[in-house]
Amino acid sequence: MSRPQHTVAASVAALASGTVSAVELATEALARANAAADLNAFLHIDAARTLAEARDADARRQAGDAAPLLGVPVAHKDIFVTRGWRSTAGSKMLANYVSPFDATVVERLRAAGTVCVGKLNCDEFAMGSSNENSAFGPVQNPWGNAQIGARIPGGSSGGSAAAVAAGIVPATTGTDTGGSLRQPAAMTGITAIKPTYGRVSRYGMIAFASSLDQGGPMAHTAEDCAMLLDAMAGFDERDSTSLDSEKAKVSIWRAFSDIIASKRPPSLGFEGLRVGVPKEFFAEGLAADVAIRVQEAIDTFKKHGATLVDISLPRTALAIPAYYVIAPAEASSNLSRFDGMRFGHRAADFTDLNDMIAKSRAEGFGREVQRRILTGTYVLCHGYFDAYYLQAQRVRRLIAQDFQAAFQTCDLIMGPVAPTTAWKIGEKSTDPVAMYLEDIFTLGVSLAGLPGMSVPCGFDQQNLPVGLQIIGNYFDEPAMLAAAHRYQQLTDWHLQQPGGAK
Amino acid sequence: MSFDPATLARIANLARLDIPVDQLSRFGAEMSSILALVDQLQGVDTKGVAPLAHPLSAVSEMALRLRPDEACADIDREANMQNAPVTENGLFLVPKVLE
Repeated sequence: MSRPQHTVAASVAALASGTVSAVELATEALARANAAADLNAFLHIDAARTLAEARDADARRQAGDAAPLLGVPVAHKDIFVTRGWRSTAGSKMLANYVSPFDATVVERLRAAGTVCVGKLNCDEFAMGSSNENSAFGPVQNPWGNAQIGARIPGGSSGGSAAAVAAGIVPATTGTDTGGSLRQPAAMTGITAIKPTYGRVSRYGMIAFASSLDQGGPMAHTAEDCAMLLDAMAGFDERDSTSLDSEKAKVSIWRAFSDIIASKRPPSLGFEGLRVGVPKEFFAEGLAADVAIRVQEAIDTFKKHGATLVDISLPRTALAIPAYYVIAPAEASSNLSRFDGMRFGHRAADFTDLNDMIAKSRAEGFGREVQRRILTGTYVLCHGYFDAYYLQAQRVRRLIAQDFQAAFQTCDLIMGPVAPTTAWKIGEKSTDPVAMYLEDIFTLGVSLAGLPGMSVPCGFDQQNLPVGLQIIGNYFDEPAMLAAAHRYQQLTDWHLQQPGGAK
Repeated sequence: MSFDPATLARIANLARLDIPVDQLSRFGAEMSSILALVDQLQGVDTKGVAPLAHPLSAVSEMALRLRPDEACADIDREANMQNAPVTENGLFLVPKVLE
């Protein structure tokens, strides 16, 4: 490979040394995106706009700008609104929506110097675990092939995951409400981190479930994720849940680099690191290949000095019903803004105002979104509110307390991201509940607002990637990223490329 | 609990979703299976447990910040109106509400 297209760190180094320009990197990324159009990872590409941003990055460098990611090509999940680009959330409702403003994440990554190569496909309003709920068609997992069939890339950040896995761009943005960064990262063999709730501003991130939604980076390596998350995170007064505590102010990159430079564990080994292994994550329903690969990864940490601790997260399975009350309830409220009046789809034929709203919504929203709106409306109804919504919030507290109890005896928790590897496109799309059950290992982390990562840790018998989940306590992203970085120095799972990648 | 057609119609109306008649039974069946899933919550003993809205309140109470209620004009009106389905003289056009 003549160009440092695969990692952010290599791109940064090549750009800094002058061996490549931002325009060259952007041109090559656009060519790869076009060559891999079959993946359906990108919803919008605007070469002229991308090249203008790249020229601007080169000009900034000429002028002495030392922004950390100057000239690095990235692409954004189409949940992040971008001024001048279409921003659709994967929905027919917003098929022609052009945002008048930039999401904070988009603004920050541009200030850090990145060049936007395009907008990425996702499940409609980020609701899904397979990217099959996009109004603009499913995304192909680059690890699928003729022999094993077309595979889902996971969801909802499926386009973001596929674009990195296929080597089109070194990094992308995604969002995670119940696992939508971690699960697609696991299914496509890349690295992703969902930060502590409140680290990354939700301003301009098209809302799904506001008490759960968090943006984060997807890339090949933990080091790249540390660089990107550092640029994305930080207090934003435009998001009422953005954190401005002292802990939230610490630079993620600096804290990560300090751990690496300290030559203390886990920079060289994992001595002193206590890894909690929840027994509920290795129960019935976990595919045998996944269990083996994840156990091998945990054993690698042990072999290099970590202490393994048996822990219990007794309400792991209850996270599913709690999540599928809370998330739809918040979604039904957030999505009430789509009424066909000020923006979004408006039905052509209607009798009166109410009919216009109801028809516009029925036409504009896909089935999964409608199911979640109905579920949310139901659980918030008078007479059901206490039994469903408040009960789910009480269970949410118990789940968060279980994690805090576990962190009394360990520093990081490790287990699988998902019970299986990538399934075939169409295999589970007829049964919504079967799809919900796939989220069992990621939902609890989301409900508790904890940071969670997915790190590539091997392949199943069909050569489909398996992800190791690393869960930290609040604000422990630097330690998680450092542990993952060290693991990636000991293994090369994150460097494997799919045969189908162009 | 099963999601009977009358309940579905009532909820769909509250949610302002005009579900076509030929899709009612499939939606009803799917909603019944989703409710069967979330009904698992009913068996959990949560006596004395306070509901948790902001996840970080699990370790210390988080208050939501409020901003000063001041007018701001950081969005370009013209760019904003470009996304409206129908406009007239810079205003959103909607069906008549009052006769």
